[in-house]
Amino acid sequence: MLIGMALLVLLIIAVALIGWLIASYNGLVRLRNQVQNAWAQIDVQLKRRHDLIPNLVETVKGYAKHERETFERVTQARNIAMAAKGVAERAEAENVLTGALKTLFAVAEAYPELKANQNFLRLQEELTSTENKVAFSRQFYNDSVMGYNTRIEVFPQNLIASTFGFGRLEFFEVKAEAEREAPKVSF
Amino acid sequence: MWEQIRANRRRSVLLISGMALVLLALGWIGGELIVGPGGGLVGLAFALIIWGVQLTIYMTSAESLLLHGAFARELERDDCPRLFNIVEEMKLASGLTFLPRIYLVDDPAPNAFAIGNRADSGSIAVTTGLLHRLNRDELQGVIGHEVGHLRNRDVQFMTLAAVMLGSIVILSEAIWRTMRFGGRARNRSSSRGGGKEQLILFVVALLFAILGPLMAQLLYFACSRKREYLADASSAQYTRYPEGLASALQTISQARVPLSFASKATAPMLIVNPLQAAGEESSVFSTHPPTTERIRILRSMGGASLADYETAYRRARGGSCLGAETLQTAQPVAMRPPSTEGPIEVRRNVRDLTYRLNGYLPLHCSCGLDISVPERYERDEIRCIRCGTVLRIPAASPLPVSRGEGQGEGSPLRYNRTRQGWESFRCACGRTIQISPAFAASHVKCANCGRSINLQ
Repeated sequence: MLIGMALLVLLIIAVALIGWLIASYNGLVRLRNQVQNAWAQIDVQLKRRHDLIPNLVETVKGYAKHERETFERVTQARNIAMAAKGVAERAEAENVLTGALKTLFAVAEAYPELKANQNFLRLQEELTSTENKVAFSRQFYNDSVMGYNTRIEVFPQNLIASTFGFGRLEFFEVKAEAEREAPKVSF
Repeated sequence: MWEQIRANRRRSVLLISGMALVLLALGWIGGELIVGPGGGLVGLAFALIIWGVQLTIYMTSAESLLLHGAFARELERDDCPRLFNIVEEMKLASGLTFLPRIYLVDDPAPNAFAIGNRADSGSIAVTTGLLHRLNRDELQGVIGHEVGHLRNRDVQFMTLAAVMLGSIVILSEAIWRTMRFGGRARNRSSSRGGGKEQLILFVVALLFAILGPLMAQLLYFACSRKREYLADASSAQYTRYPEGLASALQTISQARVPLSFASKATAPMLIVNPLQAAGEESSVFSTHPPTTERIRILRSMGGASLADYETAYRRARGGSCLGAETLQTAQPVAMRPPSTEGPIEVRRNVRDLTYRLNGYLPLHCSCGLDISVPERYERDEIRCIRCGTVLRIPAASPLPVSRGEGQGEGSPLRYNRTRQGWESFRCACGRTIQISPAFAASHVKCANCGRSINLQ
C-alpha cells in the first residue's frame, strides 16, 4: 500500500517533469522561430531597398548629370550589400549603403526641378520608409534575440538549451555615425 | 521582453473569470429565487444564453457596425502612401503578424481608434483632422498606440469584458424587477417552510443584484485605463520616441472640435476620450486616464523601454502599472532622434482624398475658385459662380467603335490624362474616379459599374 503510494507519487512527479520539459523545449523553439521570422522580415526590407535603388539612380541621373561619383558610390554600395553574407558583414554593408543614399538625397536638394518630380518624390518616400522599416525590423529582431538569449541562459531553461543545442544568436548592430562613413571609392 | 504581456494576459484571464463567476452566481441565485428551490440550474442556463447571444452579436458585427457608424472609408495604398508606410513600420516594430486595414473618418476632430476581434485581423481608423494636424513622428506615435492595442489583444479582451458586463447588468436588472414586482406572490407560496432560507436567499440576491454590476463596472473601467497606459508604453517602445505620442496627445486634447461620432459606446475605443476633459482627474468610472497625466509620464521617460515607462509611471503616480517584472530586463533602450519631416500630408492632398472617398469631383476655375461637384450633379458642365465661366466636367469618353461592336452598357471607355497632380473625372455611369499622380497603370476599373477605362 505504502509502496504503491510512493510509486504513484513518483509517477506523478515524472509525468510533471516530462510535461515541463516538453513545454520548455517548445517554448524555446517558438522563440527561435520568432527570431528567424524577424530576420526574414529584415531580409524582405533590404531586398526591397536594393530593388528601389536602380530606379532612383535613373530618375536622379536625368536631372543631375554631373554627380557621377555619387551614383557610382550608391551602385557600388548596393552591389556590395547584395553580395554580403552573415549577420555582421551584412549589417556593415547596409550601413555603408545607408550613408551613400544619404549623400544622394543631399545632392538632390540642389536640383529644384528634381525635387518637384512626382516620380522622385514617390521614390523618396518609399526609400525613406523602407529605411525606417529596416530600422524597425532590426529593432524587433534585436528585441527578439534579447528575449531568446535571456531565456537560454536562465536556470533551469539553460539545461534544456545546452542539451538540445540552442546557441546564442547574434544582434544586428548599428555602429556609431562616425564609424559608418562610406569608404572612399577611387577609380 | 514579451513577459509583461504574458503577465498582463494572466491578469486579464483572472478578471474575466471573476466576472464570469459573478455572472454565474447571479444566474444561480436568480434561478433559485424566481423559479423556486432547485431552479438554480435554469438560472445558470439563462445566464449562459444571455451571454452567448451577446457575445455572438459583438463578435460578428461590432467591427463593421462601429466602422459604418463612424462613416469610415477603407483606404487603398495609393490614397495615402505615407499613412500606409507608417502603419507598416509599426507592424514591423511590434511583430504583429498581419497588416491592419486602414480606414479614414471624415471628421475635423483629431482622433483614432483600433478595432478587431480576431487574432489574425484588425482595423485602424484615423480622422482627417488627425492627418491635418500631426507630423510624421506624432502620427507614428498614435499608430504605435493603436497597433499596441491590437498587439496586446486589448480589443478582444475589452469586448469580452464588455459582453460580460452587459450580461451581468441585464441579469441583475431582471432579478431586481422580479423582486420588486413578484415578491409578494412568491412569499405566499413558500410559506409552508424554509421561510428563513428564503429570506437569506432574498438578501443575498439583493446584495448581488446591487453590488454585482457595480463591481463589474469598476473592474471594467480599471482595466480599460490600465490598457491605455500599456498601449502608451508599447507605442514608446515601438517608436523609440515617446515625445511623438506625447505631443500628439497634447494636440488631440487641445483641439476644440467635437467629434461627431463620439458617444458613450465609442468613447472607450478612441485614443483620447472626447467626452473627458484633458486635465480632469480620472474617476473610478473613467475609460481613460487623464491625458495630462499620460503626457507627463511619456515626457519623463529616461529611455524608450517598458522598464523606463514603469519607472516614469511610479514617479508620477506611485504604484505599479505594468508590473514589477518589467523592471528586471535591465537592457537599456535608447531613444531615437526626431525625424525632420513635416506634416504627413499637406492639407490640399487630404482634401482631395476625402473628396474622392465621398464622390466629389474637385474643379479648379481659372479665376482661382475651387469648386467641388457632387455625384448627384448630372449635367456635364458647370458655371463658375464667381467669374461665370462655363467649365466642362472631365469625363471618360467612349472608345472609338471598331466595326461590329456596339456601344453597349459595359463597353470600355477612355480618358486622356493631364498628368498634373491628382486627376478626377467621371465614368459614364456618373461615378467620380480619382487617380493619384503616382498611378502608373494603363487601365482603371470603375468601382460602380465595373467598366474598364483606358488611360492615355
